[in-house]
Amino acid sequence: MDDSIVLAMHGICMTFPGVKALEDVDFTLRKGEIHALMGENGAGKSTLIKVLTGVYEKDSGEIRLAGVDHLVENKSPEDAQRLCISTVYQEVNLCPNLSIAENVYIGREPRKHGFIDWKMMNAKASELMRKFSIDADVTVPVGHYSIALQQMVAIARAVDMQCKVLIFDEPTSSLDEEEVAKLFDVMRALKARGVGIIFVTHFLEQVYEVCDRITVLRNGKLVGEYTVHDLPRYQLVAKMMGKDFDDLASIKSIRTKKPSDAVVVRTDHLGHSRTIKPFSLEVKRGEVMGLAGLLGSGRSELARCIYGADKPDHGRMEMNGKPFFASHPIDSMKAGMAYLPEDRKKEGVIGDLSVKENIIIALQARKGTMHLLSKKDQEKFADTYIDLLQIKTRDRDMPVRSLSGGNQQKVIIGRWLLTQPDFIILDEPTRGIDVGTKTEIQKLVLQLADRGTAVMFISSEIDEMLRTCDHMAVMRDGSKIAELDESQLNQKTIMATIAGGGK
Amino acid sequence: MKPNFKRITHYRLFLPILCLVLVLLVNVIKTPTFFQLSIRNGVLYGYIIDVVNRASELVVLAVGMTLVVAASGGTDISVGSVMAVASAMSCFVLAGGQVSVNSYAAPWGFGLLAALVAATLCGAWNGFLVAKMRIQPMVATLILFTAGRGIAQLITRGQITYIRVDSYKYLGNFIPHVPLPTSIFVAILVVILTNLMLKKTALGLYIQSVGINKDASRLVGIKSNWIIFFVYTFCGFLSGIAGMIASSRIYSADANNIGLNMELDAILAVALGGNDLAGGKFNITGSVIGAYTIQALTTTLYAMGVTADQVPVYKAIVVVIIVTLQSEEFKKWFSKVTARRLLVEAKAVEA
Repeated sequence: MDDSIVLAMHGICMTFPGVKALEDVDFTLRKGEIHALMGENGAGKSTLIKVLTGVYEKDSGEIRLAGVDHLVENKSPEDAQRLCISTVYQEVNLCPNLSIAENVYIGREPRKHGFIDWKMMNAKASELMRKFSIDADVTVPVGHYSIALQQMVAIARAVDMQCKVLIFDEPTSSLDEEEVAKLFDVMRALKARGVGIIFVTHFLEQVYEVCDRITVLRNGKLVGEYTVHDLPRYQLVAKMMGKDFDDLASIKSIRTKKPSDAVVVRTDHLGHSRTIKPFSLEVKRGEVMGLAGLLGSGRSELARCIYGADKPDHGRMEMNGKPFFASHPIDSMKAGMAYLPEDRKKEGVIGDLSVKENIIIALQARKGTMHLLSKKDQEKFADTYIDLLQIKTRDRDMPVRSLSGGNQQKVIIGRWLLTQPDFIILDEPTRGIDVGTKTEIQKLVLQLADRGTAVMFISSEIDEMLRTCDHMAVMRDGSKIAELDESQLNQKTIMATIAGGGK
Repeated sequence: MKPNFKRITHYRLFLPILCLVLVLLVNVIKTPTFFQLSIRNGVLYGYIIDVVNRASELVVLAVGMTLVVAASGGTDISVGSVMAVASAMSCFVLAGGQVSVNSYAAPWGFGLLAALVAATLCGAWNGFLVAKMRIQPMVATLILFTAGRGIAQLITRGQITYIRVDSYKYLGNFIPHVPLPTSIFVAILVVILTNLMLKKTALGLYIQSVGINKDASRLVGIKSNWIIFFVYTFCGFLSGIAGMIASSRIYSADANNIGLNMELDAILAVALGGNDLAGGKFNITGSVIGAYTIQALTTTLYAMGVTADQVPVYKAIVVVIIVTLQSEEFKKWFSKVTARRLLVEAKAVEA
């Protein structure tokens, strides 16, 4: 094997029941490079990573690793770790009830006389946190901190373990820009040390900012390997989708109607004492209202408060002109609301239930326990939305957790569309989703608005908000600080508003 | 041929049924009389009848336990004690507070009602602790597990209350002119009605949904806490029915012995039925088969002449085997071994 190569995967095949997940895929990682692994949802990125890290066993193919004379056969993540392959996953996988230090050193605790040396462990962990400028008490359970901070801890843990190959599986989807920048610094430092980094992401900008090389997969097959210079952005997208793609062009033109004046939701100093300061806002029929702000600025909390996911304890609100108070999400649903939560895995999908059941469950809950939807209706509804949203699933009875992230998200979107809401809250609907699907979802938002639905759209990507929103509210530190109308909707104004004017 | 075989082995109930069949097969070799049926005094006798009859309480408990496990990912360890409470309540009402009576002090229906209400209240208490107070199910139900028998003692004032009335014995024995034990019908009825309740309403879907992801279920409008409260309450209600059967068998309320250790068998039945004790998807039929398997095992051991004090040891051995057969790790290993054998065979054919 060439000296500069740290990892070579050759002819990897992997089959799930009924689906060829990987077909003859090659992947080469060189020392000191950041290598992007790109592809749409279901293209096989995660599967390839999981084959490498021993989560799945490949059907055929070879894996070679620098410094290992034999073929690598990882049977478990522990095997991979022993060979110095570490992974940071998209979903934080730390134990929320263990402290940061415990999480970082789990399985390799520093020992003294056979017992765990707590002092040493905490000291080492603090040191590590300082290196990453993470401001946290290492003895506090990880669950107390924000997802973003947890993600940084997970990264710190992976980096701290001696590694030749470091895999980032969409680590940035829950980080804000500053944190992403910090992560990139870390990545560059590791690269300088000769670590080979595999970077799986959906953010095109990030690829061009930090990567050296790109490998593109599509439908489980290798499309090609390119250096970043040779592959301009639109071509990358075209390769990922397998078709020419009028990327990033304005899609707002598909709107045919203007928002009406009829107010669907009006809040009057609505608030929830621990999470969001009282806010007042109006969302009109056929309007897409954006909620901008940094992570943790209270965007999701505001949405949860309106929906009654967190019962508001302050102020009033009106729905369709009538006073409304939600003491449970079912009340909000009956009043015509729908809410797509930010954390898909924890609050969205009901993993072991089938695609069909996941789609019909909200409508079923609204109909009431005694009025079970007939089997025929359930199937009809499920098929309608599987077709409409082009959900990739073998059939409607597959457990939803067996679908890729983007398709899971579509299932949940279908679930809410089925209830035909007057007002729908979409909290980061495109997070962790490939470019093609992202655009589909954005278009869907505009179509919904055209049909008269009031939409509240929350996203960390300002580009995306600019493409969809008619109107925007800006959040900072748990309160709503400004509203921007259509004329003010541009990157600069929004950024300035979020950053605040040095009060 | 092959795909058919695969379809059968992948059927969810394949292993539970296989286990039951295996237990019964042992009898074909060891105790051929096991399958004999005879009619004496107009009723059916035989080991098989005995198995189905004796398993009734366990079947009823297993149904409730399945739902508790499915919705809350926890177990209700108080079911045995709640049985004791229910039987004490029924005997107390029917004996009018006396120790032994030869005729009812109140109509039988009142006794039944009192028992079921008391048991349902016990279940509701468990449900309240788990759903509203968010106490871990094991700890929450531990309270009644220990206190239940004390409450039963309080109700019967520390005495074993006897109801020496023929009709009180019907539930646990035979109703005149019916050749099968009554409890068989009760168990079947409970299974059928519960299944109807789960399948004809959205309850079955909700229970699974809440068990899989409580937070997500709440956000789609399911009152997760109510569902959890409901399953514990329902489990208490079913414990009451089981308690009535048990009490009828010995026409008395014996606070210390009715339902003793039944909670463990009920949990085991759920596990044997192929249900995941972490909650979520469930299969009542599996649990019912599990319950009959446990009873078949016990009766088999007795039929083979194992003494009562040694039965638990043999039972434990068999349970270990059955549970191993159903474990994921074993299945993986097994499929690997069979795959390798197929490969070898294929090569042999080629050669």
